[in-house]
Amino acid sequence: MSAAAEDVVTEAPAVEAVPKRAMTLGTGTSLVILAALLVVPMFVKNFIIFQMTMVMIYGLAVLALNILTGGSGQFSLGQSAFYAIGAYTSAVLMENANINYALTLPIAGLVSFAAGFLFGKPALRLSGIYLALATFALAVAMPQLLKLNFLEHWTGGVQGLVVTKPDAPFGLPMGQDMWLYYFTLAVTLAIYIGSINLLRSRSGRALMAIRDNEIAASAMGVDVALYKTLAFGVSAGITGIAGGLGAIAVQFVAPDGYTINLAISLFLGMVVGGVGWLPGSFIGAAFIIFVPNIAESINKGLSGAVFGVLLFIVIFLVPHGARQVAIVAQQLIGRLRK
Amino acid sequence: MELFTNQVLAGIATGAIYACMALAVVMIYQAIDHLNFAQGEMAMFSTFISWQLMQWGIPYWWAFLMTLVISFAGGILIERLLFKPLAKAPILTNVAGFIALFAIVNSVAGLTWDFTIKQYPTPFGSSPFLGSQLISTHQAGMIGVTLLMLIGLYLFFQFTRIGLAMRAAAALPESARLVGINTSWMIALGWGMASAIGAVAGILIAPVVFLEPNMMGGVLVYGFAAAVLGGLTSPLGAVVGGFLVGVFENLAGTYIPGVGNELKLPIALALIITVLVFKPAGLFGRAIVKRV
Repeated sequence: MSAAAEDVVTEAPAVEAVPKRAMTLGTGTSLVILAALLVVPMFVKNFIIFQMTMVMIYGLAVLALNILTGGSGQFSLGQSAFYAIGAYTSAVLMENANINYALTLPIAGLVSFAAGFLFGKPALRLSGIYLALATFALAVAMPQLLKLNFLEHWTGGVQGLVVTKPDAPFGLPMGQDMWLYYFTLAVTLAIYIGSINLLRSRSGRALMAIRDNEIAASAMGVDVALYKTLAFGVSAGITGIAGGLGAIAVQFVAPDGYTINLAISLFLGMVVGGVGWLPGSFIGAAFIIFVPNIAESINKGLSGAVFGVLLFIVIFLVPHGARQVAIVAQQLIGRLRK
Repeated sequence: MELFTNQVLAGIATGAIYACMALAVVMIYQAIDHLNFAQGEMAMFSTFISWQLMQWGIPYWWAFLMTLVISFAGGILIERLLFKPLAKAPILTNVAGFIALFAIVNSVAGLTWDFTIKQYPTPFGSSPFLGSQLISTHQAGMIGVTLLMLIGLYLFFQFTRIGLAMRAAAALPESARLVGINTSWMIALGWGMASAIGAVAGILIAPVVFLEPNMMGGVLVYGFAAAVLGGLTSPLGAVVGGFLVGVFENLAGTYIPGVGNELKLPIALALIITVLVFKPAGLFGRAIVKRV
């Protein structure tokens, strides 16, 4: 050990390489799930359709965080801020500029992408816990920024904005909730497939190389600064689209809907779903939407404690999240086939 | 100029609160290498225990001592029961565990002692300190106790065998194990100490912010910020960081137009990030050298 005695020397931790296939589900499984997602809404109540829509929306936001953390190894507690930017962009464009809701989503995505990319620049110098604090600051600041007086004309200040829910187009015989469900499903599917391809592409490999060993990656010619900021941008962009969809689905945006609690929920969703496993994002999203409700139905006064205990049970049983369950299941099926 | 001095003094007074919390944060970070998000809630719970003891007629200082012992044992118990099994799990899973602990402690405290705001006594009295209207004797006492804790910790880590063992276990766990240090128990000890320091912080803060289950929410954020600003590896840095954050926050609120109470926190955080961009290991932290 020849390092200077005063310095703390840490070995760069060995990271298990994640095989490409492990990031996704098999084709067969995916098709079955897709078919179920297409058929189920026809047989359930509107409220359940709404909840399924919300699972997909939060799932997208968790997926975005997963690309950032699972893909490039950067950590963010500030996703609620990008979600808020997307939600407000959509809401303001729809209500003040009368732009079609579907067209506001790409704009929301672009605005959030720009915000994320710019934020990623100074964040480049930070890592680990310091990056967590910086993103945390962003999340804490966002509700206050949205309340600022000179923005009130557009954002509605503390009151927020009411968003009109779109009707099904072309006279399709379905309710608003069901139309929004299928619309969200289409957007989710497109982003999901896009993300998987992104992680499988050259850029995705560059991101994972940075995650596993930054110095080796830069020695191989990966532009570390560019890819890290791009990861922030892409993640923020997807979160922004999710935010826009969320604003349309709940028909309302207000500063206090996008506090740090949302960012913490999204983080929990990622852990429960399995870091780096994209399909897990939606399982994690279901966890953060349904488990608090279940906890409340078990005991109203102690709902927080019940939620905490349930969360502990999950991380004790499967520290690697739903991904671990999927791997075990896959092995079991493989053994049965033999 | 008088306004400036007054604001700095007031900043130092609130800074003492943050410094206390930051010290507890750094302690546990030293021991386990993570930021414990539930630290504030654990401190709140300890404060409630001391309040309950006093309600049962136990005098202040006895309640204080008993709370320290209970918190120390409680911290060790939490580590042994909940976080030792997670030692091999990924870091992010541990962070999720802290969030779960946060939810449990907050909710149990709310159910046991309800959410009404309670007065909490101070042993220092609350008359103006040395004729200044801005710092009360309680706040001066708080600053004093924080500095005493800092000195005590310094002596403990620098001059006792067990303090040295704890530092070794945190810095190089494998080598520490090779020379016969029980690293697993050092971590538990770190939890116990952090929990006891948190209890002191909670008891000192409670007379100012009043006692209720959510009393630590805001304080913890500032405590984290202070700890990171000062450098997570340095207890002295944490205390200095605490005072700096308190002063920053007050000056920003006074001198930057349009910054009300609402924007004080974001501005303080933005300033801290600016500092971190130029000094990524914090003001007093040691830069970590990585082997490749």
